[in-house]
Amino acid sequence: MASEHHNAVKEPLIHITKNAAMPFWKGLLIRAAAVLIAFLLCSILAFFLIGANPLEFFGAFIKGNFGSNAMMAKLRIWKLLKDTAILLLIALAVTPAFRMRFWNIGAEGQVLMSALAAAAVVYYGKGITQEWLLLVIMFVAAVAAGIIWSVLPAIFKALWNANETLFTLMMNYVASFFVAYALVKWTPDGSSVLGELKRGHLPSPGNEYLIFTLTVLLITGIMFVYLYYSKQGYEISVVGESQRTARYIGINVKKVIVRTMTLSGVLCGLAGFMIVAALDHTVTTTSVGGRGFTAIIVSWLAKFNPLIMIGTALLVVFLNQGAGQLATTFRVSFAFPDVVVGIVIFFVIGCEFFIRYKVHFRHKNRHAAEVPAPGGEGSGGSGENPEKEGGGGGERPAEVIPDKGGKLK
Amino acid sequence: MFKKIISLCLAVLMVAGLCVGLAGCTNANADFKIGVILLHDESSTYDKNFINGVEEAQKALGLSNSQVIIKKGIPEGNECYEAAKDLVAEGCKVVFADSFGHEDYMIKAAKEFPAVQFCHATGTKAHTEKLDNYHNAFASIYEGRYLAGIAAGLKLKAMMEADNTVQPHIGYVGAFTYAEVISGYTSFYLGVKEIVPSVTMDVQFTGSWYDETEEKSAANALLARGCVLISQHADSMGAPSACEDKGVPNVSYNGSTESSCPNTFIVSSRIDWAPYFKYICEQTMAGKAIETDWTGTIDTGSVKLTELGKKAPVADTQATIDRYQAELKAGTRHVFDTNNFTVGGEKLTSYKADVDTDDAFTPDTEVIKDGYFHESEFRSAPYFDIAIDGITKINEKF
Repeated sequence: MASEHHNAVKEPLIHITKNAAMPFWKGLLIRAAAVLIAFLLCSILAFFLIGANPLEFFGAFIKGNFGSNAMMAKLRIWKLLKDTAILLLIALAVTPAFRMRFWNIGAEGQVLMSALAAAAVVYYGKGITQEWLLLVIMFVAAVAAGIIWSVLPAIFKALWNANETLFTLMMNYVASFFVAYALVKWTPDGSSVLGELKRGHLPSPGNEYLIFTLTVLLITGIMFVYLYYSKQGYEISVVGESQRTARYIGINVKKVIVRTMTLSGVLCGLAGFMIVAALDHTVTTTSVGGRGFTAIIVSWLAKFNPLIMIGTALLVVFLNQGAGQLATTFRVSFAFPDVVVGIVIFFVIGCEFFIRYKVHFRHKNRHAAEVPAPGGEGSGGSGENPEKEGGGGGERPAEVIPDKGGKLK
Repeated sequence: MFKKIISLCLAVLMVAGLCVGLAGCTNANADFKIGVILLHDESSTYDKNFINGVEEAQKALGLSNSQVIIKKGIPEGNECYEAAKDLVAEGCKVVFADSFGHEDYMIKAAKEFPAVQFCHATGTKAHTEKLDNYHNAFASIYEGRYLAGIAAGLKLKAMMEADNTVQPHIGYVGAFTYAEVISGYTSFYLGVKEIVPSVTMDVQFTGSWYDETEEKSAANALLARGCVLISQHADSMGAPSACEDKGVPNVSYNGSTESSCPNTFIVSSRIDWAPYFKYICEQTMAGKAIETDWTGTIDTGSVKLTELGKKAPVADTQATIDRYQAELKAGTRHVFDTNNFTVGGEKLTSYKADVDTDDAFTPDTEVIKDGYFHESEFRSAPYFDIAIDGITKINEKF
């Protein structure tokens, strides 16, 4: 590092180095600051675009999530919890696969097929007189459908290395058309609206969303333990880091892929079952409503950690509730509220850069030698990807992959 | 200092209280609120039509924005029930929903809150549910489509007179094979047939209420089959823009497409929901009952035709439309007069329609009396679902 002689080489204006370790609280602070700055920016935009003063703008987010009187508060807080729970459940479903770098973007279709299966059991199961038996069959059918829809791409990936991203994406469309087909078949009047199914309702003591929310909370805990403290969870992480290493230490990679996607399918099945039996009591092509894709953001933002996902799911739902209120209060279309959600999420993702890297600006009187040379350690990839199928996206995902041993920071 | 701040706060509070009180005095129905649940937002012409309607009614009644709460993007599931409850919690005395699939969830909310009125457009179950606070509404839009068909017929006639190779063959892009759509395209066809008796029509379905690509390709498929004029019942610009591209005259729906299709736009029929919104607000404010099934008509101002296009329609179109409209109003003309159409070559003398919704979709009500099909009389939502001669369905999968 004796660079006194290299004064001729000009130091760049901005210099980026990897940030080895940042205390937990500091990272949290940066993230909070990012959300705050994003909101401030949005409130400025809101002032110019929809004529909302900052007080009204922030007021909409408070009102959207907590209402303006006691009865509304109760309804909206429960809605916040329930919507968070359903999003969290689907995020949990995609997470194991993501941890092994299997880019499953087919949760939308997997949940939709499960919902369709559950609804089909009610539609065709008029002969099943006992309600509990009907619910059990609905559950089994939903889980089976979820597994089929998620394992199919996994098998193609394991046996022939078919691109799972495209495969799972396409399966979403197939699922949506299956639902459209079933609806045409089930509604001879041509309306394609099934309406509320009279049977197959999960009992709901206390608040109608209580059991559902608690179930998801329980599953979150189980998934955390499974991913971080079980042998199978460790195998998933190893496969994610390097399939060659996994093979070398005797892990059956194909088996892990199929097994993990089966688990995804089970969780998607549960989500689909819940949508039909506990929430909507019907199925439409928009029953999942894009949550299968939003769940991907939730999972990534939480760096595939189920406990952090509670927070990221809550953030996304909070944003959406507030955005919905913006549309109502200011009588605007969803275009502007969607921009707000987009900006906040962009800032949250963007701030990760400042947590992971340090930015150095050129100082007039500073010596270039004080900054480490560019390149080398800055590349940040924890693993070489032997398959190289990740293409352009291969580098970014690598940085967000959690630590091998899975210790919670 | 502390005292000063306290007294200042008190003064501000009192002034604020006075303002609220005074504002309350000026409007006897200051605490009246209506909630509106919409499937999409302004980007859908269907929902936009409801937004226009409720805003017009709001203006006419002098209600403030906080008294008219519009919730957009509410799917046809549990979220509709949630939204309805939420609107009740916010103090709405009447809650309205605009999409067919909202119905069961509105009924669920209506049963839970008997003191609040629930109104639902396009629904079919109010007359069988028999709840005091649940109501359906629709409009006799088939009359509007019939009149739009008259305008189309005049254009078709002029085209045939100008060029004797033009065949009287027209096309229609439909959403689903659902009564609302069938009633719509049949009435449009009968309007054209009134002017050009030899006309035939092909119908292509898209299987979606809003799918711009599908609607455009359906229109192009019809044009490829030799259709010389197109109309549609679907909510996007797909069919009108396909027509404009090819220079084929088009009859639109939900609103004028003159601005984007200046060369081919003839006329558009639409339901104006403002009279209904006004009606349910006034009834609720006065504590009076709302009709279980409300059918808006030309008379109530619910069925409307837009202004004619500037280029495509023929000269005496408006006068002819007015003449037919007067006859419909007077009751001397009926759109579904059994003398004007045949089914399988026969005149229809009896038909049972599925008016009361049940799981098996059983036909239950005799709807042909006095020589015509009584549409939207036994319930507000259309139930005309007969395949009449002269209309060919290209695809029946929907």
